[in-house]
Amino acid sequence: MRRIILWFMGTVSAVVFLFGYSTSTAGPGVVGGQTAVFSSGTSTTGGAASGGTDPNAGSTVTGTVAQTRWGPVQVELTVSGGAITQVSVLQYPDSNGHDRQINSYALPILVRETMDAQGANIDMVSGATVTSRGYLESLQSALDQAGL
Amino acid sequence: MTTASRLRIRRYVEHSMGMPISLALRGRHADDDRGRDAWAAAMAVLRHADATFSTYRDDSFVSRLGRGEIGLADCPPEVAEVLALGEEARRQSAGAFDVRRVGPDGRVVLDPSGVVKGWAAERAAAPLRDLPDTDFCLSAGGDLVCRTLDPGAPPWRIGIEDPMDPQRIVAVVPVATGAVATSGTAHRGAHLVDARTGRPPLGVASVTVVASSLTWADIDATAAYAQGPDAAVWLGTRPGRTGLVVWADGSTTTVAGPPV
Repeated sequence: MRRIILWFMGTVSAVVFLFGYSTSTAGPGVVGGQTAVFSSGTSTTGGAASGGTDPNAGSTVTGTVAQTRWGPVQVELTVSGGAITQVSVLQYPDSNGHDRQINSYALPILVRETMDAQGANIDMVSGATVTSRGYLESLQSALDQAGL
Repeated sequence: MTTASRLRIRRYVEHSMGMPISLALRGRHADDDRGRDAWAAAMAVLRHADATFSTYRDDSFVSRLGRGEIGLADCPPEVAEVLALGEEARRQSAGAFDVRRVGPDGRVVLDPSGVVKGWAAERAAAPLRDLPDTDFCLSAGGDLVCRTLDPGAPPWRIGIEDPMDPQRIVAVVPVATGAVATSGTAHRGAHLVDARTGRPPLGVASVTVVASSLTWADIDATAAYAQGPDAAVWLGTRPGRTGLVVWADGSTTTVAGPPV
């Protein structure tokens, strides 16, 4: 089983996680599918919470397996201090490389409380056209210089 | 995790077409001569596109074409290709997107910039695609195209800039292979207009589109943005596209178009 681990180092009060998939026969770019919405405080719905009583340890909430037309999807959240600290995709339909490839068409994961680039662990920034003059102040510039 | 996730990302930055071009490479040729040659070839494609299409250069083919000094037959074939894309975009956006706009003096100006950036960056990615065992993420001023070869490798994580505060992000899109483009006015002022009215659209701060092709991700982001309050509804009709609309009040709408 493959996993995508999405780390959220900042404080994230709610994450909306949406998926788009296509089948391997429908060609690239197909989008649609199951929408799963999680919010802190209501995240035990449909799942089982585990974890001790240590408030620093956080708890893990495993969502039920959602059947989409492309296969099962299951998401696990780690909640710590009232914030989602980690989102793991336990299952998604990736029976072949193409299905994995079209995962590129997944929807944006909304970050309800905005965070800085470092906290979000991002590789690149998409935004309104940055001019060469404005580049030095941009987030992309910070990423390029960090060389990470 | 597989080998690729442990590989260091090598970054390259240069400027062309008045904007920064950023490249992230990981894998076999991320930091060797072959990788650097591919990067140089990508930049050459962008410089050539700038020389052909720039409306800031009086001597570009497009500037001369716009002034009526030469005809389409005198231009390299990619000019016709870009104009055809612009016409297709105009038709599909019911006129909100148009490569012809009315200038300050009332004359119609030919400005295919709204097509050229994504189209050129897509073409610039071609030499990077030829690199074996190497993943890339190429950004032209905030519009980007990515590839991931190993199905087990982590996707590229693309932060979507907050149009209200470009130092922050509003969302993250994990993209293994595909394109992401954002249109808005955060850095250049209100230069994007609804071609039907000639006025900047109201109510929308930025539109991000995820698609298989950067050419169309960029066109759709601009076309959706131009439609202001109708941005999300229109984007939701576009096959194979997903995206994010950030409204002027800071609220957001996530959009998934129909299957291709």
